[in-house]
Amino acid sequence: MNAVTAPITTLTERSLLQVRNLSMRFGGLLAVDNVHFDVHRHRIFAIIGPNGAGKTTVFNCIGGFYRPTSGQVLLDDQSIHGLPSHRIARLGLVRTFQNVRLFKNMTVVENLLISQHTQLETRFLHGLFKTPKYRRAEAEALERAAFWLEKVNLLPMANREAGNLAYGQQRRLEIARCMITQPKLLMLDEPAAGLNPQETRDLDRLINELRAEHGVAVLLIEHDMSLVMGVSDEILVMEYGRPIAAGAPEQIRNDPRVIKAYLGEE
Amino acid sequence: MLEFFQQIINGLTLGSIYALIAIGYTMVYGIIGMINFAHGEIYMISAYIGLLTITALTVQFGVEAVPLILLLTLTISILVTSAYGWAIERVAYRPLRGSPRLIPLISAIGMSIFLQNYVQIGQGARDLSMQPLISGGWRFGPAEGFQVYLSYMQVLIAVVTVVFMTALTLFIARSRLGRACRACSQDLTMTNLLGIDTNRVISLTFLLGAALAAVAGVLVSLYIGKINPFIGFEAGIKAFTAAVLGGIGSIPGAMLGGIILGLSESFASAYLRTEYKDVVAFSLLVLVLLFRPTGLLGKPEIEKV
Repeated sequence: MNAVTAPITTLTERSLLQVRNLSMRFGGLLAVDNVHFDVHRHRIFAIIGPNGAGKTTVFNCIGGFYRPTSGQVLLDDQSIHGLPSHRIARLGLVRTFQNVRLFKNMTVVENLLISQHTQLETRFLHGLFKTPKYRRAEAEALERAAFWLEKVNLLPMANREAGNLAYGQQRRLEIARCMITQPKLLMLDEPAAGLNPQETRDLDRLINELRAEHGVAVLLIEHDMSLVMGVSDEILVMEYGRPIAAGAPEQIRNDPRVIKAYLGEE
Repeated sequence: MLEFFQQIINGLTLGSIYALIAIGYTMVYGIIGMINFAHGEIYMISAYIGLLTITALTVQFGVEAVPLILLLTLTISILVTSAYGWAIERVAYRPLRGSPRLIPLISAIGMSIFLQNYVQIGQGARDLSMQPLISGGWRFGPAEGFQVYLSYMQVLIAVVTVVFMTALTLFIARSRLGRACRACSQDLTMTNLLGIDTNRVISLTFLLGAALAAVAGVLVSLYIGKINPFIGFEAGIKAFTAAVLGGIGSIPGAMLGGIILGLSESFASAYLRTEYKDVVAFSLLVLVLLFRPTGLLGKPEIEKV
């Protein structure tokens, strides 16, 4: 069996995320089998495949949630294998989950302040005595939060409890919460799940904006083909834990192996 | 009627102590979902540190100003006790993070037995006592018959408790670290994924819980003036009950639960018999849990499909 590798756009430029021969075994089940791909800077990369293909497992291995059985994950040429989650986040990799995981009992703006913890001075005494430095940092954090709330159209909801937002709004808030940490790579696990067609189009636009204006690379898992085909630069197709095809959307659309995996054989 | 007021005063005093200890249980549970059974011992240790510091200050160094003694004792006790709280988490719980729930629980019980014996070896198993530092109070009521007695010490306990509770509430609600604590109690994994070192937040929780238990310990050694290495067990069970009564995981709940428990004990011992005070307190707990399984201020957990 020959491994399918995503085409490397330029050989001179080092890719942002390098996934090398990644495998993950749960007991007798080989959930991810020798997955190999690169995500380049400012690119949108999608992983698609039928249910149970191992997409989320790949995500969990990259994000440090699982310890892969074998293989390597490099972010900016640095191995992130075995690092604690907060270190990975500080290196510029953040993710969302299939289900919304906001801090539901906190206000919308507080959700955005939490994720700025990493960049802010967090020393205990500064906070206790509210030094000018602390105040300035807080003010900047609020400003940045307001910027992102504006961006995802949630500014009027700033002081509502996050759990009371509509589902589509919660999804957008999650993306804002990731973006405020100024990541290099944003990983979205089924961001369009549960969204209506209008919301999906908005999401498409938002993802493109994030890339264009904030220079972030995006790695996403998605079932919604209209979103995937419209937004992605490269697509990796997985089936039964193995990569079966990789390439640009047009290539993937016409690839017989992909059609077979999705629609079955004629 | 006057007797009723007397019981309210006594109940509030006792309740303040319970509430201060209960916060340590509730905060730790709120963040890592674990009952820290060694927390009662933390309180016992702080009572020892309090008593030893006061004795050293008054006898050894001849300090006479009561406010200065109080301030120094509280500071020393809070610092040393917080260090204990931090160390316990580091040694007995952190290595077990991620293991099944029963395992840290057993580790906590082991830690509790260890600390009891450790203090026994160092300080002896018998009661230590000291002269009351603050005595006197006010009497209200008719010259003949029942008089309400409010001691200065009781007022001090109430004031110190209110000050520390307010400080904690503000810290949790307003400060950046308090915000991180709240985020951790809602979703520890997600908070970690957003770049926050959750281990530091957990350490902070143990530190804060121990600091409040230290306040309780110092106040008790001043109020009762007699301590032994076993006071942590009973106080721990009571404070844990208070935390469950108020809704474990909720800080206002722990405060409320402590006060209610203190009041019910003091009323039971006045109007029934002293022996019945625990019966009443625990019956109350059973009743609350029957009708509100999440405690008085606990939020019901809604299972989402």
